[in-house]
Amino acid sequence: MMQALVATHTLLAAGSPGINWHGFFFLLFALLACGLALAVVLADNVVRMAFYLVLSLGATAGLFFLAGAEFVGAMQLMIYVGGTLVLLIFGVMLTAQEPFVAIRTSTRDKVLAGVVGGALLAVLLQAALTGPAWSGHTAVDASAGVSQPTATPLGMALVGVRVDGDVASGQPSPVDGQVRSGYLLPFEIVSVHLLVVLVGAAYLARTKRRKSSASVRDEALTGVVR
Amino acid sequence: MAEYLIQTVGLPEWLTWSLMAVLSAVLILNLMAGGALVFIWAERKVSARIQDRLGPTRTGGSFGWLQSLADGIKLLAKEDLMPEGADGMLFRVAPYVSFCASFAAFIGLPFAFDMVGLRLNVGVFYVVAVLGLEVFGVILAGYASASKWSLFGAMREAAQVVSYEVPLGMCIVVPVMLAGTMDLVTIGEKQAGWFTNWYLFHDPFTFVVFWVYVTCAVASVNRAPFDLAEAESELVAGFHTEYSGLRWSFFFMAEYSSMFLVSGLAAVLFLGGWNGPVPLATLAGLSEGTGETTGALVRLLGLANLLGKATLGVLIMMWIRWTLPRLRIDQVMTTCLKYCTPIAAAMFAGAMVWLWVFPGGVLNLDDGSRRPGEIREGWLEGPGGRAPAAATAPASIPAEEAVAEVAG
Repeated sequence: MMQALVATHTLLAAGSPGINWHGFFFLLFALLACGLALAVVLADNVVRMAFYLVLSLGATAGLFFLAGAEFVGAMQLMIYVGGTLVLLIFGVMLTAQEPFVAIRTSTRDKVLAGVVGGALLAVLLQAALTGPAWSGHTAVDASAGVSQPTATPLGMALVGVRVDGDVASGQPSPVDGQVRSGYLLPFEIVSVHLLVVLVGAAYLARTKRRKSSASVRDEALTGVVR
Repeated sequence: MAEYLIQTVGLPEWLTWSLMAVLSAVLILNLMAGGALVFIWAERKVSARIQDRLGPTRTGGSFGWLQSLADGIKLLAKEDLMPEGADGMLFRVAPYVSFCASFAAFIGLPFAFDMVGLRLNVGVFYVVAVLGLEVFGVILAGYASASKWSLFGAMREAAQVVSYEVPLGMCIVVPVMLAGTMDLVTIGEKQAGWFTNWYLFHDPFTFVVFWVYVTCAVASVNRAPFDLAEAESELVAGFHTEYSGLRWSFFFMAEYSSMFLVSGLAAVLFLGGWNGPVPLATLAGLSEGTGETTGALVRLLGLANLLGKATLGVLIMMWIRWTLPRLRIDQVMTTCLKYCTPIAAAMFAGAMVWLWVFPGGVLNLDDGSRRPGEIREGWLEGPGGRAPAAATAPASIPAEEAVAEVAG
């Protein structure tokens, strides 16, 4: 039975003749992502907007998983969905009062947003459809590309070692013959940057004056976290 | 099984594959629902014993076996109430969000060697990412209930879960570093052999980090002493104050299954996963690859091992819950930021140094037949096995060479 299950994955990936499952789930997730994104725009309530946004981002993560990019999919869940979660918390904290719960968009704003969004969509569509790889893509190509994806080269590149051609060893890439360096420097810059942001946030958010322990406890009991 | 259905019974292929997918999903769902029933009964009995009571004794024989079932029937029969000022759609959907998050996390958890819903290359990362979404349902419930108690509960939960994800992640990085992969199947497989190969006993640092993990895991699933989101003495019942009947039970199912999940994750990361303390199957000369029947038996043994360890973890969480008093929110934050995070970080650094000083490990009692770290991928690539893995095998070799270069 286990082997049957394993075989299921293989065959599903290759696409059984009856139904193109890959296409089916791609359409499902893509429609979900688009529909929920529309719902974000059309909803009135801030918290509902955030809810739809989370679902839309989750559907996008589903697309990544479907494409075999598990690392990116999990990242999407962790960063975008988790980040929206914090947004949601702020939404709840700041708009729990009556006048802010509903946000009505004026017609002028809607038209403006429609024009900007439509223009962006047109540019993206133009770029996507004229790309060389798109026209010749068939189901056969997709099944040939099925492999066991691994995040190891990516992780190694982050610590400065490129599996596909390295500066230190002088090994050229087997793909295009170029010698590449890893991402250690950008990675470190981003890390230090994030650390600075964290320290800054902690500095800004710290209590300015000394309080008696009783008042600190009262504040804690109301569940307010600064 | 799928081939059997297609070739012998003559079902159309699309129906067969759908059936197989549904079967896997139903297995996990049943584990969650059945597990919740058993654990709720166990919770009653454990709490009763700790408080010097008897617990349920009448429903279904002298041990009250059927108490959970009776509870379930009661919950089904309860009226599904919704407060007047509530946001109807979010109020209804919140329990399912929590439940789906903990269900989706089970997809990445291996129950025995290669017995996993979907073997992901970044399994640990996926499980942690999805598990973090459970709090989303709680926040929605707290907001949508239109009740101050619920809102306070949800806000506390949000603050707690978001902060405890940091030390939890640091603890999880340690076994990932030791195994050199985020694939849960490989991590479990590298701890094969005697219990001394478990990452818990790998070095003193992993031993400490395991207990930090336990603390953070208890906090991240909102069990006492970290159950501030419910805190019945202050907040009535916290985020689920306004829920009744089946929707309430979905929250509970989500809570119990995420308890089971973090215990299962602890088992795979630190306690050898499906490898028992004594390698019985290996001593008998068997492995998952020795044959159709014996292989299935070995897997079953592994399954029993993992479920046993995870259940033990849940029982320990119950023990903790009924022993320790609830912490205040500032104490919760102090525990996270001033103790768990620095300890986890120091242990991570320590484990790194240890790995560098003793590359082969110290307590390496090897039984010779099955070396720790040996991945039995070979037989998987045989006929009927995972064919695509064989196709890409050469691609992974340069990566290992690169690792060796860095290590050397």
